[in-house]
Amino acid sequence: MTIDWTHFTPWASLAGGVLIGLAAAAFVLLNGRVAGISGILGGLLFVPPEDRAWRVAFLAGLIVALPVWLVAAPMPEFRIDAGWGTLVVAGLLVGIGTRYAGGCTSGHGVCGLSRFSLRSLVATLSFMAAGFAAVYVVRHLAGG
Amino acid sequence: MQVAASFLVGLVFGLGLILAGMANPAKVQGFLDIAGLWDPSLAMVMGGAIAVALVPFALARRMPRSLLGVTMSLPTVSRIDWRVVLGSLAFGVGWGLAGFCPGPAIVALGTGEAKAIVFVIAMAAGMGVYELVDLRTRRHALVSAQDRLLKE
Repeated sequence: MTIDWTHFTPWASLAGGVLIGLAAAAFVLLNGRVAGISGILGGLLFVPPEDRAWRVAFLAGLIVALPVWLVAAPMPEFRIDAGWGTLVVAGLLVGIGTRYAGGCTSGHGVCGLSRFSLRSLVATLSFMAAGFAAVYVVRHLAGG
Repeated sequence: MQVAASFLVGLVFGLGLILAGMANPAKVQGFLDIAGLWDPSLAMVMGGAIAVALVPFALARRMPRSLLGVTMSLPTVSRIDWRVVLGSLAFGVGWGLAGFCPGPAIVALGTGEAKAIVFVIAMAAGMGVYELVDLRTRRHALVSAQDRLLKE
């Protein structure tokens, strides 16, 4: 294991994490809900219409985050290495997987662990392990 | 009020993802690449988020209603089954392959990049597949339960 010091951004990442935690905290205190993005998106098309507005609003907030960011700060580094086919397969896996698991990095990783949910701990350990394995295969076995 | 709160929370959440570096797939893959040049930054994200969310979540558990007066709808499922394990494993593979999890993928739509849009469409399609399959299984379970009752 070699640490990538040139890309290491501990303070920005910690501050970003604090913002995410504050958002999740505000959401549970104000709306009484867990800020799980896969659940908010996945439920969108299959919930009664009266339950739709807040979901759309939350997702709209996520989408305008970058334009709002650009008002005060430069474009952040953004690079997608995966090819088109890989992106489609990965998207399908993320979509199906998060719905079966009942959560993703936000719902299980942030909110679930903050609630001391054992189920969320199992989920988090599982997706982290699979993520490490997938990147290992892509970067070190497949010759990417 | 709830809708406005949702929008603001989504916005702050998204800004947090950008500041943290989570919205950059290359950085996410750098974090997941422990065998290569490892960038451990993103471990700080979950740590920072949980540190500030712990107390509010403990408070929320004791509240009968939210501050905006709506009934609390916190998760009630605590069962650990094959769905949560296999689902998370599948999610993790997709996360590693693309460097995107759901939140950052939505944020990345803001770049207008075709690759981000394609990923989100595939992800939504995957969620649709789940809904269809799950709906069918639930209906099937309901029908067989009815059959059993009728036989008795």
